[in-house]
Amino acid sequence: MDFTDTPAEAAFRDEIRTWLAENLKGEFAALGSAGGPADETGWDTRVEWARLLGRDRWTGLSWPVEYGGRGADVAQQIIYSEEYARANAPSSVSFFGEGLFAPTLIAWGTDEQKRRFLPGIQMCEELWCQGFSEPNAGSDLANVQTRGVLDGEEWVVDGQKVWTTLAHRSDWCFVVTRTDPESSGHHGLSYLLVPMDQPGVDVRPLRQMTGSAEFNEVFFDGARTAKENVLGPVGEGWKVAMATLGFERGTAFLSQQLAFEEEVTRVLDIARKNGAADDPVLRDELAARYIGLQVMKYNGMRMLTNLVKSGHVGPEASIGKLFWTTWHKAFGETAMKVLGADALTVAESGAGTYDLDELHQIFMASRAETIYAGSSEIQHNIIGERVLGLPREPR
Amino acid sequence: MNFAFSEEQEELRRTVRQFLDSKSPETEVRRLMETTEGYDPAVWKQMGQELGLQSLAIPEEYGGQGFTFIELGIILEEMGRVLLCAPYFASVVLAANAILNAGTDDEKKSLLPGIASGDSIATLAFTEPNGKWGADGVTMEASEKGGSWTLSGEKMFVLDGHTADAIVVVARTAGTTGTDGISFFTVSGDADGLTRTALSTMDMTRKQAKLEFSNVAATPLGAAGSGWDAFSKTLDQAAVALSNEMMGGAQFVLDMSVQYAKDRVQFGRPIGSFQAIKHKCADMLLEVESGKSAAYYSSWAAAEDNEELPVVAALAKAYCSEAYFHATAENIQIHGGIGFTWEHPAHLYFKRAKSSEIYLGDATYHRELLAQRIGI
Repeated sequence: MDFTDTPAEAAFRDEIRTWLAENLKGEFAALGSAGGPADETGWDTRVEWARLLGRDRWTGLSWPVEYGGRGADVAQQIIYSEEYARANAPSSVSFFGEGLFAPTLIAWGTDEQKRRFLPGIQMCEELWCQGFSEPNAGSDLANVQTRGVLDGEEWVVDGQKVWTTLAHRSDWCFVVTRTDPESSGHHGLSYLLVPMDQPGVDVRPLRQMTGSAEFNEVFFDGARTAKENVLGPVGEGWKVAMATLGFERGTAFLSQQLAFEEEVTRVLDIARKNGAADDPVLRDELAARYIGLQVMKYNGMRMLTNLVKSGHVGPEASIGKLFWTTWHKAFGETAMKVLGADALTVAESGAGTYDLDELHQIFMASRAETIYAGSSEIQHNIIGERVLGLPREPR
Repeated sequence: MNFAFSEEQEELRRTVRQFLDSKSPETEVRRLMETTEGYDPAVWKQMGQELGLQSLAIPEEYGGQGFTFIELGIILEEMGRVLLCAPYFASVVLAANAILNAGTDDEKKSLLPGIASGDSIATLAFTEPNGKWGADGVTMEASEKGGSWTLSGEKMFVLDGHTADAIVVVARTAGTTGTDGISFFTVSGDADGLTRTALSTMDMTRKQAKLEFSNVAATPLGAAGSGWDAFSKTLDQAAVALSNEMMGGAQFVLDMSVQYAKDRVQFGRPIGSFQAIKHKCADMLLEVESGKSAAYYSSWAAAEDNEELPVVAALAKAYCSEAYFHATAENIQIHGGIGFTWEHPAHLYFKRAKSSEIYLGDATYHRELLAQRIGI
């Protein structure tokens, strides 16, 4: 047990710290940690910033060197995320490409596929969205109805996806489709990579309770993609999708969790200034949120140590997902209590607009966190069945 | 960054578990909890002679083996798992650390080797009938006359106070309040003027006593009047130790619940296949794993004796004590009627959990300490 850097880790920390100090300037620095995986604030500037990160191979840090990465180990990835959060750098625009698709591609892709798609992700030239959920495939994700049919040298895709974050910004979609029409459940599915800019793809925005519209419905009507654009074997799409979900529940949100520290600091500052910290009940709640944040960090370090040893994210990642989403939701509610009457108005909005300030954004956006990437109820089932070995619900 | 135990530490855990499984089965716990002394002197002796558990975390120059709080935490976690009935927490955690924090080198050399070998059982008497856990709770004043000190007054909830050979007492110099004037003394368990009464404890597996002092001759430990830092640190270390101990019990009741949920059939299927039960178990796991993360991290902070310790100790005690109690309460619910009987061990853990939650100050108290320490 040791939480200090080895000399090599300290050198790496120094390298990223120096890079950030030299590059996080001007309009990039002005953005602060604005934006989020599903928040388009400062979009164009964030894309530019992402290209800078890609140029110097900070994006793709963990990828093998032969694919343009640095082959960084888990400890280095953590250090990178810590320093990135500490520097208050802009949130990634490429959560789905960089955080979810790239690791899935590295695990399941052919050499050709990796060479085709990784550079576009690294340089933020191609953005990705996730085509998993459907109107009748939410928690029951295996009930996918979107069909993929091979027509000569191309797949033809028909169906509807929903809750597709940033589909309107994306160049590609990784789509779970039913390629065996006779199949049901998690059999007969394939993980297709479909270009978004074509007549067969129609993206319609869904306005969320936050007022903005990062979510979309995506309609595939005879959409086409080349035969080779299937990740993993045909018919094995469920396994590939589970790998993506493993990353989503495991490590992908690590940098976001590190950013929670800044959110807590902010709320504590407000509480000290407006007197909320003197209220004994609220004081107890603030301390509880602070404890939750630290425990989340300790859990993360234990999980990552385990990841280094075992080489894979296990079902226990569900504990992390359940913990951070539940905590963030509670924290959003605490933030509203701290604001008190000031919570009644959405800061800086004139009448007729609905632009959320950071705390209202946390309060509302966190309601989605216990739903996406497997709802809290699904995470409870996974923990119960796959970690504790309890019998499955009759299905 | 490495947040895992070493192979040697895992080996220590296996050894201690094996020993405790054979020496402290439920039948022994039940036998000892019905006695006034509350421990088995033969097992205590074996713990010292065969495994060296009492000496493990005491520095070598004072008769110990010089291991750290991380190893101590492992031992306590294993003891908590089986509800070991022994004065280990009182002697090795409370008294030994108080002496290490407050004593002079000579005092440590005279007092610690006995604790390390297990030949002497010591405890720390700090709480009083007012039931406060910090400096304010210490109202007992020490009187000095011609270089000799005497103590009068009452100490309550003293762990194993009725059986201890040596008692480290926290008192204060005359006319002081708060953190000023806090002083440590040592008193022999059979000193003249000391009346010791065993208490009827809610948690029968951990014994407590009331100690009444009437002009009891006492020997200063460290400099009289300037003991607050040592006392505060002792309390933080005790919170770390107790957090680890609690997580051993919490894991045990979780395992018990999960096994029962697999075995018990109702409506023609194991109750663990129902989400109502399954989700309870999942929540228990989340809290137990999180509590372990907090407890282990606090052990590291205590081992390093770094500046994080005061915050992390309060954090761990607040989180672990609620997690442990919740797990023991859910364990009873999952077991249904059988979990409410005297014969079933569920109540033993339930009582230990509530008692541990309150001891040293409950979660609310520790969240307030944390709030002060991080400047909320």
